[in-house]
Amino acid sequence: MNARAFLFPALLTVALAGCTSDPESPVATAPDPNAGVGAGGGSGLGSGGVDDPTSLEYFSVVVGDRVFFATDRFDLDADAQAILRRQAEWFRANPGATATIEGHADERGTRTYNLALGARRANAALNFLVANGVPRARLNSVTFGKERPVSLCSFERCWSQNRRSVAVVIKGPVS
Amino acid sequence: MTLAAFASRLVPLLGVLACLVAAPAPAQRAPLEIDVSGAQFRPLPVAMLPFTASEPALAGAAESIGAIVEADLQRSGLFRLIPRAAFLSTDVPFDTMPAFEDWRVLEAEALITGRVYRAPDGRLQVQYRVFDVLAGEQLHSQQLPQDAAQPRRVSHQIADGVLTALTGEAPYFDSRIAFIDETGPKGDRRKRLAVMDQDGANVVYPGADGLVLTPQFSPDGQRLLYISYDTGQPEIFLIGAGGGSQRRLGNFPGMSFGPRFSPNGNEVLLSLTEGGNTDLYLLGLNGGLRRLTSNPAIDTSGSFDPDGRRIVFESDRGGSQQIYVMPASGGAAQRISFGEGSYGTPVWSPKGDLIAFTKIRAGRFHIGVMRPDGSGERLLTTSFLDEGPSFSPNGRFVVFYRESPGQQGRAQLLSVDVIGRNERLVATPNAASDPSWSPLRR
Repeated sequence: MNARAFLFPALLTVALAGCTSDPESPVATAPDPNAGVGAGGGSGLGSGGVDDPTSLEYFSVVVGDRVFFATDRFDLDADAQAILRRQAEWFRANPGATATIEGHADERGTRTYNLALGARRANAALNFLVANGVPRARLNSVTFGKERPVSLCSFERCWSQNRRSVAVVIKGPVS
Repeated sequence: MTLAAFASRLVPLLGVLACLVAAPAPAQRAPLEIDVSGAQFRPLPVAMLPFTASEPALAGAAESIGAIVEADLQRSGLFRLIPRAAFLSTDVPFDTMPAFEDWRVLEAEALITGRVYRAPDGRLQVQYRVFDVLAGEQLHSQQLPQDAAQPRRVSHQIADGVLTALTGEAPYFDSRIAFIDETGPKGDRRKRLAVMDQDGANVVYPGADGLVLTPQFSPDGQRLLYISYDTGQPEIFLIGAGGGSQRRLGNFPGMSFGPRFSPNGNEVLLSLTEGGNTDLYLLGLNGGLRRLTSNPAIDTSGSFDPDGRRIVFESDRGGSQQIYVMPASGGAAQRISFGEGSYGTPVWSPKGDLIAFTKIRAGRFHIGVMRPDGSGERLLTTSFLDEGPSFSPNGRFVVFYRESPGQQGRAQLLSVDVIGRNERLVATPNAASDPSWSPLRR
């Protein structure tokens, strides 16, 4: 978390989340303060922007840094599995990269339960990556429950964006 | 008139409570949704004279002490304070019996008088009297010193004395509420620990800041457990209610949350997450960790009964979030919530008679109560998001938080009595969530 180096602009976050802009409230999507990624000093990560397959931008935009979950669920659907397979491939191709897998929930649950639900989601994504060849030691997980929504309206179109796990790529070894 | 006769005036309120406690568990499990409008309930009409001062220099103190007492009684919803403008006389010497006829015509059933004077040691003293107007006699009188360092406390102690004298209810005004002070945008809230008197006065920030969640008072009211993201993941910390150094509890490899003290204050019930799975554990403050549940479900939000023999908690082991009770040592758990919807955040009343919870049904959130065997479910509130009840020290009220929807959504603290009456905002400086009501102060 301390390796947060820069934040993607809100629009980029929206685009890579596959989120259509909110017709009633165009500014309803905030930059995800935890979606920051650290530039990879010593990690062998490139800085050539979205066209550089070793860059963090490429990971977030082309590979996809997040997957979504149904209400109160933590199983990975076909879309989520496809994204996670691409993530695993990227991690295998960039052996210096490590990541924290964040689990998040929407606001329609109680705080403590949502912490536990976020932990389930982060763990589901983490396990899938490990099963697809990413060394466990390069991954960490954390739950934010309902504390850090990225879409701020109180309708399903926002909640569906908040029920997510996000691979936040960090430099250096997992602490 | 006797105390019992006074209490009988509160019959609709206390009667419902008594039924809730004493009635045998019905076989039928459907939630009871009683009339929460309070239409049947009549608050006790009382007159409170301005507190007098023994010397002009104390007039300001007398006025502010009386005003705090009056505000407490008003907020409780149990009393109707007769407007001072209606009084036939305010000139009632403290040491004489009042002319009860003057108060009967106002339909006052109780009269409260008080005076402030300086004791030989220089400290302020407050003496107050509570009269039964109909019987024409004094019910209660007490003399209390004002703590110069905490000048508002004496007023709460007086309000507690009046409450107990007139209703038989145990005291609760002399207590505090810990909560999370919320500022910043919805997507990146700053959440910091705060503590205040139950009436919203004397807000202090003990020092935990950043992303801090779910504070819980220790049984002696001196310390607070809470969740902090200081280390980058949710972990349980302990801090003095007035500040001081923060101590991380345990050094667990995974995430820890949902802490609550045992009744003796020596142990902490908590949830640990391992491999994505959350179970309940008991941590000794002097060491020792005991696992209480072990299954693939989410087991969290544990709360002890006042005797420390049983634990109520929430689990989705049956497929949805529901409330269970098990022995404090772990073992077989019995599900007690059976209504439609899901249930979380159970908390045992300090009186032992009720369990309060959050209920989610058909897209609405409710605060509710039920008996520890699951019978007598009653929903007290409803909104887009009501969550996290915590009982007053006498078990008569719960404080909880309500969050409004949307990008500008904001959390506020509210209190409501356990039959669903007297829902009120609790004043806080900023948006506020996750309240924990302290025990009665010592």
